[in-house]
Amino acid sequence: MPAHLEPESAAAADTARTVMDGSDIGRALTRISHEILERNKGGSDLVLLGIPSRGVPLAERIAERIASVEGYAVPVGSLDITMYRDDLRMKPARALLPTQIPNGGIDGKTVVLVDDVLFSGRTIRAALDALGDIGRPKAVRLAVLVDRGHRELPIRADFVGKNLPTSLVERVRVRLLGVDDVDAVTILGSEGEGA
Amino acid sequence: MKRHLLSAADLTRDDAELVLRTAEELRSLADRPIKKLPALRGRTVVNLFFEDSTRTRISFEAAAKRLSADVINFAAKGSSLSKGESLKDTALTLEAMGADAVVVRHSASGAPHRLANSGWVRSSVVNAGDGTHEHPTQALLDAFTMWRHLAPKSGGSLDGRRVAIVGDVLHSRVARSNALLLRTLGAEVTLVAPPTLFPVGIESWPVETSYDLDSVLPKADVVMMLRVQRERMHGGFFPTAREYSRRYGLDGRRMATLQDHTIVMHPGPMVRGMEITADVADSDRSVIVEQVTNGVAVRMAVLYLLLGGSQPAVSTEGLSE
Repeated sequence: MPAHLEPESAAAADTARTVMDGSDIGRALTRISHEILERNKGGSDLVLLGIPSRGVPLAERIAERIASVEGYAVPVGSLDITMYRDDLRMKPARALLPTQIPNGGIDGKTVVLVDDVLFSGRTIRAALDALGDIGRPKAVRLAVLVDRGHRELPIRADFVGKNLPTSLVERVRVRLLGVDDVDAVTILGSEGEGA
Repeated sequence: MKRHLLSAADLTRDDAELVLRTAEELRSLADRPIKKLPALRGRTVVNLFFEDSTRTRISFEAAAKRLSADVINFAAKGSSLSKGESLKDTALTLEAMGADAVVVRHSASGAPHRLANSGWVRSSVVNAGDGTHEHPTQALLDAFTMWRHLAPKSGGSLDGRRVAIVGDVLHSRVARSNALLLRTLGAEVTLVAPPTLFPVGIESWPVETSYDLDSVLPKADVVMMLRVQRERMHGGFFPTAREYSRRYGLDGRRMATLQDHTIVMHPGPMVRGMEITADVADSDRSVIVEQVTNGVAVRMAVLYLLLGGSQPAVSTEGLSE
Protein backbone atom coordinates (compact mmCIF):
# COMPACT_ATOMS: atom_id res chain seq x y z
CA MET A 1 0.00 0.00 0.00
CA PRO A 2 1.33 3.46 -0.83
CA ALA A 3 2.19 5.66 2.12
CA HIS A 4 -0.69 8.02 1.55
CA LEU A 5 -3.20 5.24 2.16
CA GLU A 6 -2.14 4.82 5.76
CA PRO A 7 -4.88 5.67 8.20
CA GLU A 8 -4.59 9.17 9.51
CA SER A 9 -3.66 9.20 13.16
CA ALA A 10 -5.13 11.80 15.45
CA ALA A 11 -1.73 13.43 16.00
CA ALA A 12 -1.07 13.66 12.27
CA ALA A 13 -4.47 15.22 11.70
CA ASP A 14 -3.55 17.97 14.14
CA THR A 15 -0.51 19.03 12.16
CA ALA A 16 -2.10 18.62 8.72
CA ARG A 17 -2.00 21.79 6.65
CA THR A 18 -4.16 22.06 3.57
CA VAL A 19 -2.23 23.53 0.66
CA MET A 20 -4.76 22.91 -2.13
CA ASP A 21 -8.51 22.55 -1.80
CA GLY A 22 -11.00 21.23 -4.34
CA SER A 23 -11.19 24.42 -6.40
CA ASP A 24 -7.38 24.85 -6.38
CA ILE A 25 -7.01 21.30 -7.71
CA GLY A 26 -9.68 21.97 -10.34
CA ARG A 27 -7.95 25.15 -11.56
CA ALA A 28 -4.54 23.45 -11.63
CA LEU A 29 -5.93 20.58 -13.72
CA THR A 30 -7.64 22.99 -16.11
CA ARG A 31 -4.35 24.84 -16.62
CA ILE A 32 -2.43 21.55 -17.09
CA SER A 33 -5.01 20.43 -19.67
CA HIS A 34 -4.52 23.62 -21.66
CA GLU A 35 -0.74 23.36 -21.38
CA ILE A 36 -0.84 19.79 -22.67
CA LEU A 37 -2.93 20.88 -25.66
CA GLU A 38 -0.72 23.87 -26.31
CA ARG A 39 2.46 21.82 -26.18
CA ASN A 40 0.96 19.06 -28.35
CA LYS A 41 -0.64 21.55 -30.76
CA GLY A 42 -4.06 20.00 -30.21
CA GLY A 43 -5.37 16.72 -28.94
CA SER A 44 -4.29 14.45 -31.78
CA ASP A 45 -2.27 11.32 -31.02
CA LEU A 46 -2.41 11.99 -27.28
CA VAL A 47 -2.71 9.16 -24.75
CA LEU A 48 -3.10 9.90 -21.04
CA LEU A 49 -1.84 7.19 -18.68
CA GLY A 50 -2.48 7.60 -14.97
CA ILE A 51 -0.23 5.85 -12.47
CA PRO A 52 -2.42 4.04 -9.92
CA SER A 53 -3.90 4.73 -7.63
CA ARG A 54 -4.38 8.50 -7.66
CA GLY A 55 -2.85 9.26 -11.03
CA VAL A 56 -5.80 7.51 -12.67
CA PRO A 57 -8.61 9.85 -11.52
CA LEU A 58 -6.31 12.80 -12.31
CA ALA A 59 -5.79 11.51 -15.86
CA GLU A 60 -9.54 11.07 -16.24
CA ARG A 61 -10.21 14.62 -15.09
CA ILE A 62 -7.63 16.02 -17.48
CA ALA A 63 -9.22 14.00 -20.29
CA GLU A 64 -12.65 15.46 -19.44
CA ARG A 65 -11.25 18.98 -19.67
CA ILE A 66 -9.49 18.25 -22.96
CA ALA A 67 -12.72 16.77 -24.32
CA SER A 68 -14.66 19.93 -23.40
CA VAL A 69 -12.09 22.13 -25.16
CA GLU A 70 -11.30 20.01 -28.22
CA GLY A 71 -14.64 18.28 -28.54
CA TYR A 72 -13.39 14.72 -28.70
CA ALA A 73 -12.30 12.10 -26.18
CA VAL A 74 -8.59 11.52 -25.65
CA PRO A 75 -7.73 7.89 -24.81
CA VAL A 76 -7.16 7.41 -21.07
CA GLY A 77 -5.62 4.41 -19.35
CA SER A 78 -3.61 3.34 -16.37
CA LEU A 79 -0.09 2.01 -15.99
CA ASP A 80 0.86 -0.05 -12.94
CA ILE A 81 4.55 0.15 -12.14
CA THR A 82 4.69 -2.28 -9.19
CA MET A 83 6.83 -4.90 -10.92
CA TYR A 84 9.25 -2.26 -12.21
CA ARG A 85 9.97 -0.67 -8.83
CA ASP A 86 13.59 -0.62 -7.76
CA ASP A 87 12.58 -1.39 -4.17
CA LEU A 88 10.47 -4.44 -5.09
CA ARG A 89 12.85 -6.77 -3.25
CA MET A 90 12.99 -4.63 -0.13
CA LYS A 91 9.41 -5.12 1.03
CA PRO A 92 6.94 -8.02 1.07
CA ALA A 93 5.39 -8.76 -2.33
CA ARG A 94 2.86 -6.07 -3.16
CA ALA A 95 -0.55 -6.40 -4.73
CA LEU A 96 -0.67 -5.36 -8.37
CA LEU A 97 -2.80 -2.43 -9.49
CA PRO A 98 -4.67 -2.24 -12.79
CA THR A 99 -2.89 -1.59 -16.07
CA GLN A 100 -5.30 -0.58 -18.80
CA ILE A 101 -3.77 0.41 -22.11
CA PRO A 102 -6.29 2.11 -24.47
CA ASN A 103 -7.22 0.11 -27.58
CA GLY A 104 -5.13 2.19 -29.98
CA GLY A 105 -1.96 1.31 -28.06
CA ILE A 106 0.86 3.78 -27.50
CA ASP A 107 3.07 3.23 -30.56
CA GLY A 108 3.77 6.57 -32.24
CA LYS A 109 1.57 8.45 -29.76
CA THR A 110 2.49 11.18 -27.33
CA VAL A 111 2.00 9.61 -23.91
CA VAL A 112 1.36 11.89 -20.97
CA LEU A 113 2.06 10.12 -17.69
CA VAL A 114 -0.09 11.49 -14.87
CA ASP A 115 0.71 11.09 -11.19
CA ASP A 116 -0.30 12.84 -8.00
CA VAL A 117 3.05 13.66 -6.37
CA LEU A 118 6.51 13.87 -7.94
CA PHE A 119 9.12 13.18 -5.26
CA SER A 120 12.26 11.05 -5.73
CA GLY A 121 11.50 10.39 -9.40
CA ARG A 122 11.81 6.64 -8.92
CA THR A 123 8.17 5.96 -9.73
CA ILE A 124 8.56 7.76 -13.05
CA ARG A 125 11.76 5.85 -13.82
CA ALA A 126 9.81 2.64 -13.25
CA ALA A 127 6.96 3.95 -15.41
CA LEU A 128 9.36 4.66 -18.28
CA ASP A 129 10.63 1.08 -18.08
CA ALA A 130 7.06 -0.23 -18.02
CA LEU A 131 6.19 1.86 -21.08
CA GLY A 132 9.14 0.40 -22.94
CA ASP A 133 7.66 -3.08 -22.58
CA ILE A 134 4.31 -1.94 -23.95
CA GLY A 135 5.34 0.01 -27.03
CA ARG A 136 7.33 2.88 -28.46
CA PRO A 137 5.64 6.24 -27.98
CA LYS A 138 6.67 9.20 -30.10
CA ALA A 139 7.24 11.18 -26.92
CA VAL A 140 6.60 10.79 -23.20
CA ARG A 141 5.59 13.75 -21.05
CA LEU A 142 4.92 13.97 -17.35
CA ALA A 143 2.09 15.78 -15.62
CA VAL A 144 1.89 15.89 -11.81
CA LEU A 145 -0.48 17.61 -9.44
CA VAL A 146 2.27 18.37 -6.91
CA ASP A 147 6.05 18.57 -7.30
CA ARG A 148 7.54 18.39 -3.82
CA GLY A 149 11.21 18.34 -4.85
CA HIS A 150 13.95 16.07 -3.45
CA ARG A 151 14.65 14.34 -6.75
CA GLU A 152 17.02 11.35 -6.63
CA LEU A 153 17.10 10.82 -10.40
CA PRO A 154 17.46 13.17 -13.37
CA ILE A 155 13.72 13.47 -14.00
CA ARG A 156 11.49 16.53 -14.22
CA ALA A 157 7.83 17.17 -14.89
CA ASP A 158 6.55 18.91 -18.03
CA PHE A 159 3.29 20.01 -16.42
CA VAL A 160 3.04 20.83 -12.72
CA GLY A 161 -0.11 21.73 -10.78
CA LYS A 162 1.78 23.21 -7.84
CA ASN A 163 5.41 23.36 -6.81
CA LEU A 164 5.45 22.57 -3.12
CA PRO A 165 8.73 23.09 -1.29
CA THR A 166 8.83 20.53 1.51
CA SER A 167 11.27 19.10 3.99
CA LEU A 168 12.06 15.40 3.92
CA VAL A 169 10.32 14.76 7.25
CA GLU A 170 7.02 16.05 5.90
CA ARG A 171 4.51 13.91 4.07
CA VAL A 172 2.37 15.18 1.23
CA ARG A 173 -1.04 13.60 1.09
CA VAL A 174 -3.29 13.89 -1.95
CA ARG A 175 -6.93 12.96 -1.62
CA LEU A 176 -9.24 12.85 -4.62
CA LEU A 177 -12.98 12.32 -4.95
CA GLY A 178 -13.63 8.88 -6.38
CA VAL A 179 -10.82 7.32 -4.35
CA ASP A 180 -11.28 9.38 -1.17
CA ASP A 181 -14.14 11.39 0.26
CA VAL A 182 -12.69 14.82 -0.49
CA ASP A 183 -10.45 16.76 -2.92
CA ALA A 184 -7.45 18.09 -0.99
CA VAL A 185 -3.67 18.25 -0.84
CA THR A 186 -2.30 18.39 2.69
CA ILE A 187 1.14 18.42 4.29
CA LEU A 188 1.50 16.27 7.36
CA GLY A 189 4.00 15.71 10.11
CA SER A 190 6.13 18.84 9.99
CA GLU A 191 7.73 19.64 13.33
CA GLY A 192 6.46 22.68 15.18
CA GLU A 193 4.03 23.72 12.43
CA GLY A 194 0.45 23.40 13.53
CA ALA A 195 -2.60 23.96 11.38
CA MET B 1 0.82 -16.02 2.29
CA LYS B 2 3.02 -18.67 3.80
CA ARG B 3 6.45 -19.27 2.34
CA HIS B 4 5.35 -22.47 0.61
CA LEU B 5 2.25 -23.45 -1.30
CA LEU B 6 1.76 -27.09 -0.35
CA SER B 7 -1.98 -27.37 0.12
CA ALA B 8 -5.00 -25.36 -0.93
CA ALA B 9 -5.80 -25.32 2.80
CA ASP B 10 -2.72 -23.13 3.40
CA LEU B 11 -4.53 -20.23 1.75
CA THR B 12 -6.77 -17.93 3.73
CA ARG B 13 -9.62 -16.30 1.88
CA ASP B 14 -7.59 -13.08 1.66
CA ASP B 15 -4.60 -14.97 0.26
CA ALA B 16 -6.72 -16.77 -2.31
CA GLU B 17 -8.48 -13.58 -3.41
CA LEU B 18 -5.13 -11.81 -3.68
CA VAL B 19 -3.92 -14.58 -6.00
CA LEU B 20 -7.08 -14.25 -8.11
CA ARG B 21 -6.83 -10.46 -8.35
CA THR B 22 -3.12 -10.63 -9.17
CA ALA B 23 -3.81 -13.26 -11.84
CA GLU B 24 -6.48 -10.99 -13.32
CA GLU B 25 -3.89 -8.23 -13.79
CA LEU B 26 -1.30 -10.65 -15.14
CA ARG B 27 -3.71 -12.21 -17.61
CA SER B 28 -3.67 -9.08 -19.76
CA LEU B 29 0.05 -9.68 -20.35
CA ALA B 30 -0.83 -12.39 -22.87
CA ASP B 31 -2.30 -9.68 -25.15
CA ARG B 32 0.84 -7.53 -25.18
CA PRO B 33 3.61 -7.62 -27.77
CA ILE B 34 6.26 -8.15 -25.09
CA LYS B 35 5.04 -10.91 -22.78
CA LYS B 36 7.58 -10.25 -20.10
CA LEU B 37 7.73 -8.59 -16.70
CA PRO B 38 10.91 -7.96 -14.71
CA ALA B 39 9.65 -8.94 -11.26
CA LEU B 40 11.71 -12.12 -10.77
CA ARG B 41 14.88 -11.10 -12.59
CA GLY B 42 17.83 -12.99 -11.18
CA ARG B 43 15.69 -15.51 -9.30
CA THR B 44 15.93 -19.19 -10.08
CA VAL B 45 12.90 -21.46 -10.29
CA VAL B 46 13.52 -25.21 -10.49
CA ASN B 47 10.84 -27.43 -11.97
CA LEU B 48 11.38 -30.74 -10.23
CA PHE B 49 9.14 -33.29 -11.91
CA PHE B 50 9.34 -36.86 -10.63
CA GLU B 51 6.17 -37.74 -12.49
CA ASP B 52 5.29 -37.17 -16.13
CA SER B 53 3.44 -33.97 -16.80
CA THR B 54 3.25 -31.85 -19.87
CA ARG B 55 0.80 -29.08 -19.27
CA THR B 56 1.64 -28.31 -15.66
CA ARG B 57 5.37 -28.20 -16.28
CA ILE B 58 5.02 -26.06 -19.42
CA SER B 59 2.59 -23.81 -17.60
CA PHE B 60 4.99 -23.26 -14.69
CA GLU B 61 7.88 -22.79 -17.09
CA ALA B 62 6.00 -20.16 -19.12
CA ALA B 63 4.91 -18.41 -15.92
CA ALA B 64 8.43 -18.23 -14.49
CA LYS B 65 9.94 -17.09 -17.80
CA ARG B 66 7.34 -14.37 -18.29
CA LEU B 67 8.38 -13.01 -14.91
CA SER B 68 12.04 -13.06 -16.06
CA ALA B 69 13.12 -15.82 -13.66
CA ASP B 70 15.76 -18.34 -14.68
CA VAL B 71 14.18 -21.76 -15.09
CA ILE B 72 15.88 -25.09 -14.58
CA ASN B 73 13.89 -28.13 -15.62
CA PHE B 74 14.69 -31.26 -13.72
CA ALA B 75 12.82 -34.31 -14.95
CA ALA B 76 13.10 -37.73 -13.40
CA LYS B 77 13.88 -39.40 -16.69
CA GLY B 78 17.46 -38.93 -17.77
CA SER B 79 18.63 -37.57 -14.41
CA SER B 80 20.32 -39.10 -11.40
CA LEU B 81 16.84 -39.82 -10.06
CA SER B 82 16.54 -42.75 -12.43
CA LYS B 83 19.87 -43.95 -11.04
CA GLY B 84 18.41 -44.20 -7.55
CA GLU B 85 19.17 -40.83 -5.97
CA SER B 86 16.98 -39.97 -2.99
CA LEU B 87 14.72 -36.94 -2.67
CA LYS B 88 17.06 -35.61 -0.01
CA ASP B 89 20.17 -35.70 -2.18
CA THR B 90 18.29 -34.13 -5.06
CA ALA B 91 17.11 -31.39 -2.71
CA LEU B 92 20.63 -30.75 -1.43
CA THR B 93 21.83 -30.43 -5.02
CA LEU B 94 19.15 -27.88 -5.77
CA GLU B 95 20.01 -25.96 -2.62
CA ALA B 96 23.66 -25.89 -3.64
CA MET B 97 22.65 -24.45 -7.02
CA GLY B 98 20.81 -21.61 -5.31
CA ALA B 99 17.20 -22.26 -6.24
CA ASP B 100 14.77 -19.62 -4.96
CA ALA B 101 11.71 -21.76 -5.61
CA VAL B 102 11.21 -25.45 -6.26
CA VAL B 103 8.10 -26.50 -8.13
CA VAL B 104 7.72 -30.16 -7.32
CA ARG B 105 5.57 -32.91 -8.71
CA HIS B 106 5.88 -36.34 -7.17
CA SER B 107 3.90 -39.58 -7.32
CA ALA B 108 4.12 -39.90 -3.53
CA SER B 109 1.59 -37.89 -1.51
CA GLY B 110 3.43 -35.65 0.92
CA ALA B 111 6.73 -35.39 -0.96
CA PRO B 112 6.48 -31.56 -1.32
CA HIS B 113 5.67 -31.30 2.38
CA ARG B 114 8.76 -33.33 3.21
CA LEU B 115 10.86 -31.15 0.93
CA ALA B 116 9.54 -27.94 2.50
CA ASN B 117 9.73 -28.94 6.15
CA SER B 118 12.85 -31.07 6.34
CA GLY B 119 15.32 -28.19 6.37
CA TRP B 120 17.01 -29.55 3.23
CA VAL B 121 16.24 -26.45 1.19
CA ARG B 122 15.69 -22.79 2.00
CA SER B 123 13.70 -22.08 -1.16
CA SER B 124 9.94 -21.77 -1.43
CA VAL B 125 8.29 -25.05 -2.35
CA VAL B 126 5.28 -25.09 -4.65
CA ASN B 127 3.30 -28.30 -4.87
CA ALA B 128 2.56 -29.08 -8.52
CA GLY B 129 0.73 -32.30 -7.68
CA ASP B 130 1.66 -34.97 -5.17
CA GLY B 131 0.24 -38.46 -5.61
CA THR B 132 -3.47 -38.51 -4.85
CA HIS B 133 -3.14 -35.70 -2.32
CA GLU B 134 -3.21 -32.12 -3.64
CA HIS B 135 -2.65 -29.86 -6.63
CA PRO B 136 -3.21 -26.36 -5.26
CA THR B 137 -2.30 -24.31 -8.34
CA GLN B 138 -4.81 -26.34 -10.37
CA ALA B 139 -7.46 -25.46 -7.78
CA LEU B 140 -6.45 -21.79 -8.00
CA LEU B 141 -6.70 -21.75 -11.78
CA ASP B 142 -10.06 -23.53 -11.62
CA ALA B 143 -11.31 -21.03 -9.05
CA PHE B 144 -9.94 -18.19 -11.21
CA THR B 145 -11.80 -19.52 -14.25
CA MET B 146 -15.04 -19.80 -12.25
CA TRP B 147 -14.50 -16.36 -10.75
CA ARG B 148 -14.06 -14.76 -14.17
CA HIS B 149 -17.25 -16.34 -15.46
CA LEU B 150 -19.50 -16.20 -12.42
CA ALA B 151 -18.29 -13.55 -9.98
CA PRO B 152 -19.18 -10.47 -12.07
CA LYS B 153 -22.83 -11.54 -11.85
CA SER B 154 -22.74 -12.14 -8.09
CA GLY B 155 -20.94 -9.19 -6.57
CA GLY B 156 -17.37 -10.28 -7.19
CA SER B 157 -17.29 -13.49 -5.20
CA LEU B 158 -18.11 -17.18 -5.50
CA ASP B 159 -20.25 -17.14 -2.34
CA GLY B 160 -23.09 -19.65 -2.61
CA ARG B 161 -22.16 -20.83 -6.10
CA ARG B 162 -22.72 -24.56 -6.58
CA VAL B 163 -19.85 -26.58 -8.01
CA ALA B 164 -20.28 -30.25 -8.97
CA ILE B 165 -17.04 -32.23 -9.22
CA VAL B 166 -17.74 -35.50 -10.98
CA GLY B 167 -15.75 -38.69 -11.44
CA ASP B 168 -12.70 -40.35 -9.98
CA VAL B 169 -12.54 -38.44 -6.68
CA LEU B 170 -10.57 -41.26 -5.05
CA HIS B 171 -7.45 -40.74 -7.15
CA SER B 172 -7.89 -37.04 -7.72
CA ARG B 173 -5.63 -34.47 -6.11
CA VAL B 174 -7.54 -31.88 -8.12
CA ALA B 175 -10.80 -32.75 -6.36
CA ARG B 176 -9.30 -32.42 -2.89
CA SER B 177 -7.57 -29.11 -3.59
CA ASN B 178 -10.67 -27.74 -5.28
CA ALA B 179 -12.94 -28.82 -2.44
CA LEU B 180 -10.71 -27.06 0.12
CA LEU B 181 -10.18 -23.88 -1.87
CA LEU B 182 -13.75 -23.48 -3.08
CA ARG B 183 -14.97 -23.89 0.50
CA THR B 184 -12.56 -21.10 1.53
CA LEU B 185 -13.97 -18.92 -1.24
CA GLY B 186 -17.55 -19.56 -0.11
CA ALA B 187 -18.74 -21.91 -2.86
CA GLU B 188 -20.74 -25.07 -2.19
CA VAL B 189 -19.10 -28.20 -3.55
CA THR B 190 -20.88 -31.46 -4.38
CA LEU B 191 -18.73 -34.46 -5.25
CA VAL B 192 -20.38 -37.01 -7.53
CA ALA B 193 -18.89 -40.46 -8.03
CA PRO B 194 -19.71 -44.13 -7.78
CA PRO B 195 -19.33 -45.37 -4.17
CA THR B 196 -16.09 -47.16 -5.03
CA LEU B 197 -14.44 -43.94 -6.17
CA PHE B 198 -14.93 -41.92 -2.98
CA PRO B 199 -11.92 -41.92 -0.64
CA VAL B 200 -12.15 -43.14 2.94
CA GLY B 201 -12.91 -40.24 5.26
CA ILE B 202 -14.90 -38.26 2.69
CA GLU B 203 -17.36 -37.40 5.51
CA SER B 204 -14.76 -35.06 6.98
CA TRP B 205 -14.39 -33.05 3.76
CA PRO B 206 -16.30 -29.76 3.63
CA VAL B 207 -18.53 -31.02 0.81
CA GLU B 208 -21.79 -32.72 -0.10
CA THR B 209 -21.59 -36.08 -1.82
CA SER B 210 -23.90 -37.81 -4.25
CA TYR B 211 -24.01 -40.97 -6.35
CA ASP B 212 -26.61 -39.55 -8.71
CA LEU B 213 -25.28 -37.18 -11.39
CA ASP B 214 -28.68 -36.40 -12.94
CA SER B 215 -30.06 -34.97 -9.70
CA VAL B 216 -27.04 -32.69 -9.16
CA LEU B 217 -26.64 -31.21 -12.64
CA PRO B 218 -29.73 -28.91 -12.83
CA LYS B 219 -28.64 -27.01 -9.70
CA ALA B 220 -24.95 -26.64 -10.55
CA ASP B 221 -23.31 -23.38 -11.65
CA VAL B 222 -20.12 -25.25 -12.52
CA VAL B 223 -19.64 -28.85 -13.59
CA MET B 224 -16.10 -30.13 -13.34
CA MET B 225 -15.42 -33.52 -14.88
CA LEU B 226 -12.47 -35.58 -13.63
CA ARG B 227 -10.49 -38.09 -15.63
CA VAL B 228 -10.71 -41.72 -14.57
CA GLN B 229 -7.10 -42.35 -13.57
CA ARG B 230 -6.71 -45.90 -14.77
CA GLU B 231 -2.93 -45.81 -14.27
CA ARG B 232 -3.57 -45.56 -10.53
CA MET B 233 -6.29 -48.24 -10.48
CA HIS B 234 -5.28 -51.70 -9.42
CA GLY B 235 -8.65 -53.35 -9.07
CA GLY B 236 -12.23 -53.27 -10.25
CA PHE B 237 -13.73 -49.92 -9.34
CA PHE B 238 -16.56 -50.21 -11.84
CA PRO B 239 -17.75 -53.02 -14.12
CA THR B 240 -17.03 -51.54 -17.55
CA ALA B 241 -15.96 -48.23 -19.04
CA ARG B 242 -19.25 -48.14 -20.90
CA GLU B 243 -21.29 -48.46 -17.73
CA TYR B 244 -19.19 -45.78 -16.03
CA SER B 245 -19.65 -43.37 -18.87
CA ARG B 246 -23.43 -44.05 -19.00
CA ARG B 247 -23.86 -43.22 -15.33
CA TYR B 248 -21.15 -40.62 -14.73
CA GLY B 249 -20.19 -39.26 -18.14
CA LEU B 250 -21.30 -35.84 -19.32
CA ASP B 251 -23.01 -36.11 -22.69
CA GLY B 252 -25.25 -33.86 -24.77
CA ARG B 253 -28.42 -35.12 -23.10
CA ARG B 254 -27.13 -34.32 -19.61
CA MET B 255 -25.71 -31.00 -20.77
CA ALA B 256 -29.22 -29.99 -21.88
CA THR B 257 -30.37 -30.14 -18.24
CA LEU B 258 -27.85 -27.50 -17.12
CA GLN B 259 -28.76 -23.89 -16.36
CA ASP B 260 -27.98 -21.40 -19.13
CA HIS B 261 -24.97 -19.85 -17.37
CA THR B 262 -23.41 -23.11 -16.18
CA ILE B 263 -19.87 -23.76 -17.35
CA VAL B 264 -18.20 -27.13 -17.96
CA MET B 265 -14.61 -27.63 -16.81
CA HIS B 266 -12.00 -30.37 -16.98
CA PRO B 267 -8.49 -30.25 -15.51
CA GLY B 268 -7.12 -32.29 -18.39
CA PRO B 269 -5.97 -34.51 -19.86
CA MET B 270 -9.48 -35.60 -20.83
CA VAL B 271 -10.56 -38.89 -22.29
CA ARG B 272 -13.22 -38.08 -24.85
CA GLY B 273 -15.98 -40.65 -24.83
CA MET B 274 -15.26 -41.70 -21.24
CA GLU B 275 -16.07 -38.97 -18.72
CA ILE B 276 -17.03 -36.36 -21.33
CA THR B 277 -18.28 -36.60 -24.89
CA ALA B 278 -16.69 -34.66 -27.72
CA ASP B 279 -19.79 -32.52 -28.35
CA VAL B 280 -19.74 -31.35 -24.71
CA ALA B 281 -15.99 -30.74 -24.66
CA ASP B 282 -16.24 -28.61 -27.80
CA SER B 283 -19.46 -26.80 -26.84
CA ASP B 284 -19.86 -23.12 -25.91
CA ARG B 285 -20.16 -24.05 -22.24
CA SER B 286 -16.77 -25.67 -22.18
CA VAL B 287 -14.01 -23.49 -20.71
CA ILE B 288 -11.38 -26.24 -20.88
CA VAL B 289 -9.03 -24.38 -23.21
CA GLU B 290 -9.42 -21.19 -21.17
CA GLN B 291 -8.36 -23.14 -18.07
CA VAL B 292 -4.98 -23.71 -19.70
CA THR B 293 -4.57 -20.01 -20.52
CA ASN B 294 -5.59 -19.07 -17.01
CA GLY B 295 -3.11 -21.58 -15.61
CA VAL B 296 -0.16 -19.47 -16.75
CA ALA B 297 -1.60 -16.28 -15.23
CA VAL B 298 -2.39 -18.00 -11.92
CA ARG B 299 1.06 -19.58 -11.67
CA MET B 300 2.64 -16.22 -12.44
CA ALA B 301 0.59 -14.75 -9.61
CA VAL B 302 1.69 -17.49 -7.21
CA LEU B 303 5.37 -17.18 -8.12
CA TYR B 304 5.22 -13.38 -7.95
CA LEU B 305 3.49 -13.33 -4.57
CA LEU B 306 5.91 -15.91 -3.12
CA LEU B 307 9.15 -14.57 -4.61
CA GLY B 308 8.54 -11.02 -5.83
CA GLY B 309 9.25 -9.23 -2.56
CA SER B 310 11.59 -9.61 0.36
CA GLN B 311 9.10 -12.11 1.69
CA PRO B 312 5.77 -13.55 0.53
CA ALA B 313 2.84 -11.18 0.18
CA VAL B 314 1.34 -10.09 3.45
CA SER B 315 -2.22 -11.10 4.08
CA THR B 316 -4.37 -9.10 6.44
CA GLU B 317 -3.71 -11.63 9.18
CA GLY B 318 -0.14 -10.38 9.27
CA LEU B 319 3.16 -11.96 8.46
CA SER B 320 3.31 -15.71 8.23
CA GLU B 321 6.54 -17.49 8.92
